[in-house]
Amino acid sequence: MKVYIESDNIISPLGFTTGENFSALLECRSGIKFHKDKKYSQNDFYAAIIDDIALDDHFSEIADPTGYTRFEKLCISSIAGALKQSSVDIESHRTVIILSTTKGNIDYLSETSETLNPKVYLWNTAKFLKEYFKSRNDVLVVSTACISGISALLMGQRLIQSGIYDNAVVCGCDIFSSFVLSGFQSFQAISHSPCRPFDADRSGISLGEGCGTLILTNSKPEKSSINIRISGGAISNDANHISGPSRTGDGLTIAIDKAMGEAVFSPDVIDFISAHGTATPYNDEMEAIAFATSGLLKSSVNSLKGYFGHTLGAAGTIESIVTLESMRQNVVIKSIGYETSGVSQELNVAKSNIQTQLTHCLKTASGFGGGNAAIVFSKVENE
Amino acid sequence: MNSRITQYCIIRNGKIFLNGEEFFSNDIAESPLVFFKSALKHLNISYPKFYKMDSLSKLAFLASEVILIQDKARGSFPNDRVALVLSNSVSCLDTDVEYQKSISDRNNYYPSPALFVYTLPNIMIGEICIRNKYQGENIFFCSEAFNADLIYSYVNMLLQTNKADKCITGWIDFLGNSYEAVLFLIEREGNSNTIEFNIENLNKLYKGI
Repeated sequence: MKVYIESDNIISPLGFTTGENFSALLECRSGIKFHKDKKYSQNDFYAAIIDDIALDDHFSEIADPTGYTRFEKLCISSIAGALKQSSVDIESHRTVIILSTTKGNIDYLSETSETLNPKVYLWNTAKFLKEYFKSRNDVLVVSTACISGISALLMGQRLIQSGIYDNAVVCGCDIFSSFVLSGFQSFQAISHSPCRPFDADRSGISLGEGCGTLILTNSKPEKSSINIRISGGAISNDANHISGPSRTGDGLTIAIDKAMGEAVFSPDVIDFISAHGTATPYNDEMEAIAFATSGLLKSSVNSLKGYFGHTLGAAGTIESIVTLESMRQNVVIKSIGYETSGVSQELNVAKSNIQTQLTHCLKTASGFGGGNAAIVFSKVENE
Repeated sequence: MNSRITQYCIIRNGKIFLNGEEFFSNDIAESPLVFFKSALKHLNISYPKFYKMDSLSKLAFLASEVILIQDKARGSFPNDRVALVLSNSVSCLDTDVEYQKSISDRNNYYPSPALFVYTLPNIMIGEICIRNKYQGENIFFCSEAFNADLIYSYVNMLLQTNKADKCITGWIDFLGNSYEAVLFLIEREGNSNTIEFNIENLNKLYKGI
């Protein structure tokens, strides 16, 4: 059974639709800005944060923003945005909503477990979305650190292929918080300038926030001339370290090779890889080794972290949507922040926007806990 | 052919049960962590990494050690044919709260990377993978209560589509002083005198003791 992507939406500092976001990327505009905000940190930092007023303005077209948390506003806006161009009925018993997030409403966390605000339970956020969108099925929550988004997409694809549902609304979301910023600061992992994936001068990540929603379906969408389907995917574990990437890249290689195996592709048909590319020294090197081991050095590569920052549970969905839009428009987006190679393998990192035929593309992610995920998107031209 | 539940472990109220039989008991332990430590000692495991783990990972680690007790070959070679599918209701809120304490007071600000890394619920999966060199499929779900339907659907799909030969799956919950672990080993080619893998049996075993 084939699983197609019918519709999608991105909410980020760069816009409130996939179109707005993609236009910004084509113009090489980044959402990462310098911030001096004591609410988040005593120190200055770079991050991609959505403007509060812009978010409320956008949200007020849907509902009154008061009474909703930031996380809820992002999820509702993005799911509603994706539904606008979709023929999928979110209230059908054949449709499931899958939420991908690492921390949900983390800004409501207290300091004791006795006084927890109910909003911090991820299942409660799922319940909220179920009620808001009048979903017949429980909203499923996937939380696997930085690979959450791709894991949720693969879960959607697999549940549809198993015949359990016909449609899946996959929403990846995380907000910017002092909780996560302080954690990465404690790891000395935050870059002192906008992050520079795969570059020789890279020095760590920039954080971001956002939401990306994709609607998956088993019936071939008729409205568009170009359809894209999920042709393969796999999840693996490094079994090496809970916070450090594997030196050999073997975990990511396993995920990529299995994903391509499921798609029945050899590496030379992969036109483009949307890498995880966090811009930490070890992560990018690990990915480069894995791409080389999997025979993917000819494919164009980019990382979108220089535009959106690392959006954690949203990264896999937002970056997959950009990959889909790249395929529709046949353009590889410039990997912003990259000038000189800083990895041991000769990757084909995009130094400018490249107009080229894109038929099969790979999206990967790796993260804390040793998880790796890979998904292959393939174009299906309509007759 | 249906897959089988070849081993299952339940950890509740200071007791550990393996395949329905009491395996270890220390219900006088003054805290869950004291109980976990005594269980590790009973298992006769020397694994220094255990002491660095947060409570959720400790609980997951213990349950996995119990259901894998007969598997002498594990950990001696990398294995990408074993999957992990874990779930709970509280994610890693126990550690989230502890970490939040370390950053909420500007004058007493001490965020630690060793603690921060455990503010992700999938870290317990990573710990089990490291211990056993498991490199296969893995995922974590959060649901209000034990969801046998979801676990069955997803694990059955992994086994039937040949994405894994075996799967460690179940429920690992820890918050404050309350905890619960119910972990199953599911094998596609499990012995026919074991329990059939289906939703009804998952629910029955979960409620069992």
